[in-house]
Amino acid sequence: MQFCARLLRRQLLLAVRRPLEIGNPLLFFAMVVALFPLGLGPSPDTLAGFAPGVLWITALLSNLLTSDGVFRSDFEDGSLEQLLLAPQPLFLSVLAYIGAHWLTTGLLLAVVSPLFALMLNLPVQGIAALVASLLVGTAVLSLVGGIGAALTVGLKRGGMLISLLILPLYMPVLIFGSAAVQAAVGGLPVAPYLAILGAMLCLAIALAPLAMAAGLRISIDA
Amino acid sequence: MWPIFHKFGSPPWLYAISGAILRWLLPITLLALVTGMVWGLLFTPSENVQGNSYRIIYIHVPAAVVALAGYYVMAFAGAISLIWRMKMADVAMKAAAPVGAALTFVALFTGAVWGKPTWGTWWVWDARITSMLILLFLYLGVVALYEAFDNKEAAGKACAVLSLVGMVNIPIIYKSVDWWYSLHQGASIKFTGETSIHSSMLYPLLLMIAAFYALFTCCLLLNMRAELLQREQRTQWVRKLINEDVVN
Amino acid sequence: MPGEISGSPVLAARSLCLERGGRELFRDLSFDICGGQLWQIEGANGAGKTSLLRILCGLSRYGFGGRVERRAPLLYLGHQSALKALLTPRENLALHVSGDGRYAGHQIESALARVGLYGYEDVASHTLSAGQHRRVNLARLLLSDAALWLLDEPFTAIDKAGVQELQALLGSHVAGGGAVVMTSHQALDVPCDVRYLNLGAGQRA
Repeated sequence: MQFCARLLRRQLLLAVRRPLEIGNPLLFFAMVVALFPLGLGPSPDTLAGFAPGVLWITALLSNLLTSDGVFRSDFEDGSLEQLLLAPQPLFLSVLAYIGAHWLTTGLLLAVVSPLFALMLNLPVQGIAALVASLLVGTAVLSLVGGIGAALTVGLKRGGMLISLLILPLYMPVLIFGSAAVQAAVGGLPVAPYLAILGAMLCLAIALAPLAMAAGLRISIDA
Repeated sequence: MWPIFHKFGSPPWLYAISGAILRWLLPITLLALVTGMVWGLLFTPSENVQGNSYRIIYIHVPAAVVALAGYYVMAFAGAISLIWRMKMADVAMKAAAPVGAALTFVALFTGAVWGKPTWGTWWVWDARITSMLILLFLYLGVVALYEAFDNKEAAGKACAVLSLVGMVNIPIIYKSVDWWYSLHQGASIKFTGETSIHSSMLYPLLLMIAAFYALFTCCLLLNMRAELLQREQRTQWVRKLINEDVVN
Repeated sequence: MPGEISGSPVLAARSLCLERGGRELFRDLSFDICGGQLWQIEGANGAGKTSLLRILCGLSRYGFGGRVERRAPLLYLGHQSALKALLTPRENLALHVSGDGRYAGHQIESALARVGLYGYEDVASHTLSAGQHRRVNLARLLLSDAALWLLDEPFTAIDKAGVQELQALLGSHVAGGGAVVMTSHQALDVPCDVRYLNLGAGQRA
């Protein structure tokens, strides 16, 4: 497990050395949220109705944009080769990569999301559910996105392709994530939705690293 | 079991056997398609509520059923290619993706055509249509990923991984979307228990489903043969084949 | 092909063949690499030297025939230095993805000093030159305890003195029972026997 901690530390250190990379998804989140009032009209009621979906879709898109880069720089400078040759199980190594990715995107998005929720006039009772569902849901998104990143990292033009590959797989998370927020706004219990998201997370933790490991081995060989 | 398995790994053998299968499967498929179509469109009673417009199910339902089954065929071939490194499984998987995508598109298109007289709109975001749309995206993802790789062997492996990921996800996606919205008529065909459509309508539908499975198999085999020839174009047996064709 | 066996082989290759773009690069290549041997893979550009190394270390898994048995931990240094520009040389070695051991601070310092980077331990790597990047990577040879080294053009961008030191290092690794497989276009001047593996001699398809 020590090497997991070391990889996690390495990835976080790399992220901290380039703060813009951490800030970009948050800025993107803010800007896309600002597009919706312009497109849908500024009426607080309309915005409040759309807010759960809008916030979730925006979080999903900013996650998608960052997923492409999880393995890319390591592929380009040859670190990925060394990672694949390392004696440690690749399953745990990619989990460490994804963990670092989630800490620098999903976690931060969840933490700042109440601010944007208020800007979109989301009723206050929905905010806790938003943060909770984002915390769990973005972890699933990072894992699924990692599969797309692993499969496309060897390709020159991976950026657009990765969205085609993984957006369909994101949909269940979007459905239950935004439903959790809507349920909270309507005064219904949120726990079942979070439980389903948690179940998806468990499944993703168990299976996604296998697909990522296989994808990386293929990409490095292409 | 293993000798057969090894034979499946041999391109000339696969090419020969698929040719033999196609020789009788193609006419049967055409016959079944024509019979089912004529039976369904001309000799079944019209439906009480929808009148004649329901008859599109004789294309819509088989296409949808086989499109979904096709994804599993593709994922199964992908699993074989990853586990046993059988190149012919790659070929099968690569051949299945466009056929499945086309069938999914047919199902979506006929669904839209059907929706216009039934619901008065071309497109309804209901559970099944949305699921089919996502299935189309999944298929297109596999096709696009295959095309993006220059090294076709790596492309096959990458698509195998992707289709397996998709296979794990399809039930989740279907259940989520089902839960998300349910406006469609409930499941109409159940092979166990009583069916909710009249048997005079059901039999041609079952025939059409069988015919579409056969059609899928034919397209798959034809596609595989084309892919085989392209991949093996420099080998002896393909050269021999071409020379024989030229001589005849 | 020299096939004598001294000690137990750390790597065994059996009937390797590789075809790229319709051209057969090599066929039926079998050899054992044992401790105490230094192998130099020779061949023209495009003869498949790098491909062979990648097959030997296990990065290439598809598209070649034959099999490779690896019986000892190996260290592969490829064309790319696997160095993060945002990290310092010290961090690069301490947090290296290959994770072939956690090194004490003084080990890293002495390794960096031996490759001529004394004083550069804590500057960001993007301020270093290409040759210095290679040298940081070579410090891994000093830190690693892998028995088998697979080196792809290790002399690239290294100055003359550095080449001398590296050759001495290869020699001492082989003398200590280790094995080295490397590609290089230049003749080696090492204090041990060099076995040659010549690719592309009369093997065009």
